[in-house]
Amino acid sequence: MDTKNNKKDIKFKINKKEPDKSNENISEDKKKRDKTENRLTVATWVVILGVWYIVTKLELFSTTLVPSPYKVWTTFLGILKDGYNGVPLFIHLGTSFERLFIALGFAIVTAIPMGLLSGYSRKVKAIIDSIVEFYRPLPPLAYYTLLILWFGIDNTSKVILLYLAAFAPIYIACVSAVNKINVDYILSAKSLGANQKKIFFKIVLPACLPEIFTGIRTAVGVAYTTLVSAEMVAATSGIGWMVLDASNFLKSNVIVVGILIMGFTGILIDFGLRYLEKRIVFWKGHL
Amino acid sequence: MENKDKQEVLIDIQNLELIYGTKKNSVLALDNIDLQIKRGEFLCVLGPSGCGKSTLLKIIAGFIKPTNGNCLMQGKFITGPDWHRGVVFQSPTLYPWMSIKDNVEFGPKMRGIPEKEIENIREHFMEQVNLKGFEDKFTFELSGGMKQRVALARVLANYPQVILMDEPLGALDALTRFNMQRLIREIWKENNSTILLITHDVDEALSLGTRIVVMSKRPGKILKEFNVDFTNIIFDNGSKHVLYSENYFQVKNEILDLINSQIEE
Repeated sequence: MDTKNNKKDIKFKINKKEPDKSNENISEDKKKRDKTENRLTVATWVVILGVWYIVTKLELFSTTLVPSPYKVWTTFLGILKDGYNGVPLFIHLGTSFERLFIALGFAIVTAIPMGLLSGYSRKVKAIIDSIVEFYRPLPPLAYYTLLILWFGIDNTSKVILLYLAAFAPIYIACVSAVNKINVDYILSAKSLGANQKKIFFKIVLPACLPEIFTGIRTAVGVAYTTLVSAEMVAATSGIGWMVLDASNFLKSNVIVVGILIMGFTGILIDFGLRYLEKRIVFWKGHL
Repeated sequence: MENKDKQEVLIDIQNLELIYGTKKNSVLALDNIDLQIKRGEFLCVLGPSGCGKSTLLKIIAGFIKPTNGNCLMQGKFITGPDWHRGVVFQSPTLYPWMSIKDNVEFGPKMRGIPEKEIENIREHFMEQVNLKGFEDKFTFELSGGMKQRVALARVLANYPQVILMDEPLGALDALTRFNMQRLIREIWKENNSTILLITHDVDEALSLGTRIVVMSKRPGKILKEFNVDFTNIIFDNGSKHVLYSENYFQVKNEILDLINSQIEE
């Protein structure tokens, strides 16, 4: 009996120690790598700002074409204070984000079940896939005019345009996620007594989550790039509209401010999504 | 009483044949298999790789339907997977999005067992596989041997009639494998389980099985059956080490000759 217990202890030690140690090493190595990578990123942007500053300082181009960093900064502060075209900045951002997030919400709610179903059933896939494959490569502006004719000139057509842009990446991610599921996951669930419905919610859905998240992140990117096109027609506010309006009056400083704001908010949204991803699919990479 | 129990046939395979693929490219994987698994048995299936031993297990589990012949469990045709036949896969199919606790409780939960009972079951089997205290860990925090032990506990928690194991220790290092063999033997004894184990390791089959079936190369047929008792002797000895006796090597050599004759041809 004694020897039996001893053996168990030995087994535990062997099993426990090794992975812990290697994990520590890996995380330390990773920290080092992350540090140099962060430095490189910062350095890149310092160089870009520096070149920008020097180019404008030497007045190589007219300031109407290339505004100086200082001018962009003061324009930004001005817009922050007085808004653009009498509309405060947060309203511009607000209307844009409203369009973006309503469209994204609808895309997530519809594309996930349709994508998972398509992955499940070849018949459903035969119906939906061809439509998605057809419209996905189309430039959004090509069918936007039609959407305006059909859904009117106000917000609805804009939201639908963004919705269509966001739908495809999420849908495609779901189809591929279902096709990639480890069959043994489903077989073992069946052998443990799970029925179809439980297998879907307890096994298929969580197993697909990592790819669904990647799909959503891509969708946000695509929808965001479509935003400017959506705000080209019959808009009076929105960050995309601000840039287009400014270009009509050659206010390049406002254009740059708009682009920078869009860039930063885009990074922020992705950052938020990545944070959510880390919390929800913490087991990503261990499938 | 025990003798009578051992007589009961749990799984009855008659005249089984399996053909993979369509007419043009069909492959005869299993041919004319007749096999019975009786309650309380520890049946080991040995054979050269690609002989269809895993396919046989999948048919018994209900994952694949046989082309011809019957596969019955307690007199009823096996039509699909169900929880009376628990399966331990070669690489543990634990769900990484669930804690160890939820993984072990998965089977009873799916079957709607009362919460209180599930808790007792989980505690019992976590202890049996020596993983007490690991309930709230996640699968990727465990070593290979520990994962396979969780997979074992997950199957045991359903109290299946038969436990099917498809080379469960194939991916483990020698030391862990030895400990796992002992654990499986102890669990088999303690729970009076019926186990079918697929393996390519002759020593594993000899030290665990009460009956060993050797299969031919493709198309898989049953070449010979051996009734052995080393597992009980080892258990009575305190499970410390394998008992290498004259008799042991005799059987081992016979099995090796049988398998080698298949590979060389």
